[in-house]
Amino acid sequence: MENILQDVDAIIDRWGAKPESLLQIMLDVNHHFNYLPRESIVRIAQCLGMPVSHVYSVATFFKVFSLTPRGRTIVHVCTGTACHVRGAPKLLDRVRQDLGLDPGQTTEDLAITLETVNCVGACASAPVVVVNGETHSEMTPNKMAALVKEIEKQSA
Amino acid sequence: MERLKSIQDLDALRQQIIERRRHIRKRIRVCNGTGCHSQGAERLVDAFNRVLEERGVARDFLVVPTGCNGFCAAGPIVVIEPEEIFYQRVKADQVEAIVERSVLADEVIEELLYVDPTTGEKIVHEYEIPFFAKQERMVFKDTGSNFVRDIGDYISRGGYSALAKVLSGMSPEEVIEEVKMAGLRGRGGGGFPAGVKWESCRRAHGDIKYVMCNADEGDPGAYMDRSLLEGNPHQVLEGMIIGAYAIGAREGYIYVRFEYPMAVKNALWAIEQAKQYGLLGDNILGTSFSLDMHVNRGAGAFICGESTALMASLEGKVGEPRGKHIHTVEKGLWNRPSNLNNVETWANVPLIINNGGAWYASIGTERSKGTKIFSLVGKINNTGLVEVAMGTPLKRIIYDIGGGIPGGRRFKAVQTGGPSGGCVPDRMIDLPVDFEKLKEAGSMMGSGGMIVMDEETCMVDVARYFLNFLVEESCGKCIPCRVGVKRMHELVVGMCEGRAQPGDIEKLEELCYTIRETALCGLGKSAPNPVLSTLKYFRDEYEAHVHEKRCPAKICKPLIRYVIDTDKCTGCGLCRRRCPENAIIGAKKECHCIDEEVCVRCGICIETCKFKAIYIE
Ligand SMILES: Cc1cc2nc3c(=O)[nH]c(=O)nc-3n(C[C@H](O)[C@H](O)[C@H](O)COP(=O)(O)O)c2cc1C
Repeated sequence: MENILQDVDAIIDRWGAKPESLLQIMLDVNHHFNYLPRESIVRIAQCLGMPVSHVYSVATFFKVFSLTPRGRTIVHVCTGTACHVRGAPKLLDRVRQDLGLDPGQTTEDLAITLETVNCVGACASAPVVVVNGETHSEMTPNKMAALVKEIEKQSA
Repeated sequence: MERLKSIQDLDALRQQIIERRRHIRKRIRVCNGTGCHSQGAERLVDAFNRVLEERGVARDFLVVPTGCNGFCAAGPIVVIEPEEIFYQRVKADQVEAIVERSVLADEVIEELLYVDPTTGEKIVHEYEIPFFAKQERMVFKDTGSNFVRDIGDYISRGGYSALAKVLSGMSPEEVIEEVKMAGLRGRGGGGFPAGVKWESCRRAHGDIKYVMCNADEGDPGAYMDRSLLEGNPHQVLEGMIIGAYAIGAREGYIYVRFEYPMAVKNALWAIEQAKQYGLLGDNILGTSFSLDMHVNRGAGAFICGESTALMASLEGKVGEPRGKHIHTVEKGLWNRPSNLNNVETWANVPLIINNGGAWYASIGTERSKGTKIFSLVGKINNTGLVEVAMGTPLKRIIYDIGGGIPGGRRFKAVQTGGPSGGCVPDRMIDLPVDFEKLKEAGSMMGSGGMIVMDEETCMVDVARYFLNFLVEESCGKCIPCRVGVKRMHELVVGMCEGRAQPGDIEKLEELCYTIRETALCGLGKSAPNPVLSTLKYFRDEYEAHVHEKRCPAKICKPLIRYVIDTDKCTGCGLCRRRCPENAIIGAKKECHCIDEEVCVRCGICIETCKFKAIYIE
């Protein structure tokens, strides 16, 4: 708890405690912890002089923010239009079946989170899947099945 | 670096940079755009630098990590100047050979050349490849050769000369007049004349005004704004500085979606450099004009690309739009006059100032001037960024530049304008692409995404895809969008899953017209477009889904079955072992069959079968 607040304060200091810094602060906090801890929301509201409900409304409005801890490995299946027409839905179904996760969900052991992303701009290699920042190009259901096995093994 | 104090200083610096580089014998351009980057382009840069270092020739040759080359399908790309030898799909272990044979010597490595799929011929030079030869690159011309992290590279190419021209004798009104004469229209979707917007903002009351750059690029499948900002940030910045001068702004914002970390980094870095050189900050180039610039990250909401929502989000509020009855040029950010333009719009400005509005207006069609960058993606051979003059026929873009459809399949439609746009069908392949013509066809320019679809794309599924996107991205402020689009989505999902009732198509149409009339902002007003345009051109596909419970493109899972061709199946058993659901049965060496009840239509068996014995019915 103490540690969390220290880190949050450092981020707030970096941007300055003014309303227009809100989104930038929240992005950094979300990135730092991989989600927005409850304490951080309260703290940000206090420091910026706004109701907690306001910070909460911004937190739930934008897709990037998570109110629950996310997994150590994050699987992003790109669902941009180019990836969609080249077969992204099949990849998503594959992960769903193999890991039992819907987009936005995390395995119970906090190992893996499945998320979709609207376009990563790598349309030439569509469909793509990004795992912890590494892009996997021209995916197929078979390649996806293998990748899921790989991820499970590594995060076990 | 000492700040430049005058226009003469800038000219002198340009000469110095050119002089300093005179001894460089060859430039090795390594594309570091997003596409190439994701395939390991960074490793190539390191490898080139290491090998040159080892050979003791690092001083004679320059490795240039560039912005996006645009020919993403050929990545990772290496181009060797001055000859402009073009190597495609380069891997790190080939770097040694390239240095040996094409950098130190003047040989061409055949295996790395691009092969023209129509003639089968190998092409040596970048400018001879049809993908480049048939484009008209102006705005995107330098991105692929720009040394991204070096402002000197931009300056040596004549960068910031437009700003110098403006500051050395053009009044703000003259700048606006030039942009108006050029006929530049906004590239972010609406196509509003930029000069007119600037003029309104200049005339608006208030001491503090803002310039802003919209780099939110929420349209999935479009990445030209990202590539421009990442690959040539100073060109965008120069446009904004000129705009700020014309409008009378002293502060600027670049709003970039957080999903584009490299664009954020490069924009920040460009601002820092420009400040050091006296091109931003107080007393720019020794004049009385000053401008401060910030970068703000968006948090991944499509609606925040809309001008009023963008400004709300900048103020630290939820990114909801407001009605347009008060213009943002009068009351925008913090209720002050604010001028927002798209990345590509800004990148056009230096060209207009350097070459004149009349020159610019001579390019394009009567009402759409200049060029447009499109991201050509989907079922197309040459995926990449394509810049053509307004009015270029679709056919030229898709076939001459794009190289046609892979696998010899039939072209079906191209989707433009993203979730607010629509589809242009194959029979309109001769359509000259500009703002008006796309609108007449029931689509729109949008930010320039062009998603090519072939016969294996289901148009009802495409409509479902965009509706799903819009349901997720609707901010929820107005009812037509929040509830109406959801109902549309339910209807279309019903069609895709075989639950549709007769009359559903008509119900869907009625919803479309109602939402178009009543929604608050552009997102809701244009949300029916993907449905209306597919209904207009592909009504038969909707009818097949509703009345026959059939998906002609064989995409919608509940309407298809996987079947094994008894003539082709050899009973090898590979599909049986691979099937994750154990849905395939059959004894070894005997024809297999699929249990339809268990099969989830995941596609693994089709991909696995070596005899092409599995098909979809
Ligand atoms: C739902 C919605 C999303 C938009 N997204 C973007 C976007 O991602 N990028 C952009 O430049 N303009 C976007 N626009 C258009 C902006 O509202 C605005 O018109 C534009 O940024 C103005 O710049 P321009 O005149 O240079 O095009 C969007 C509009 C709507 C209604």
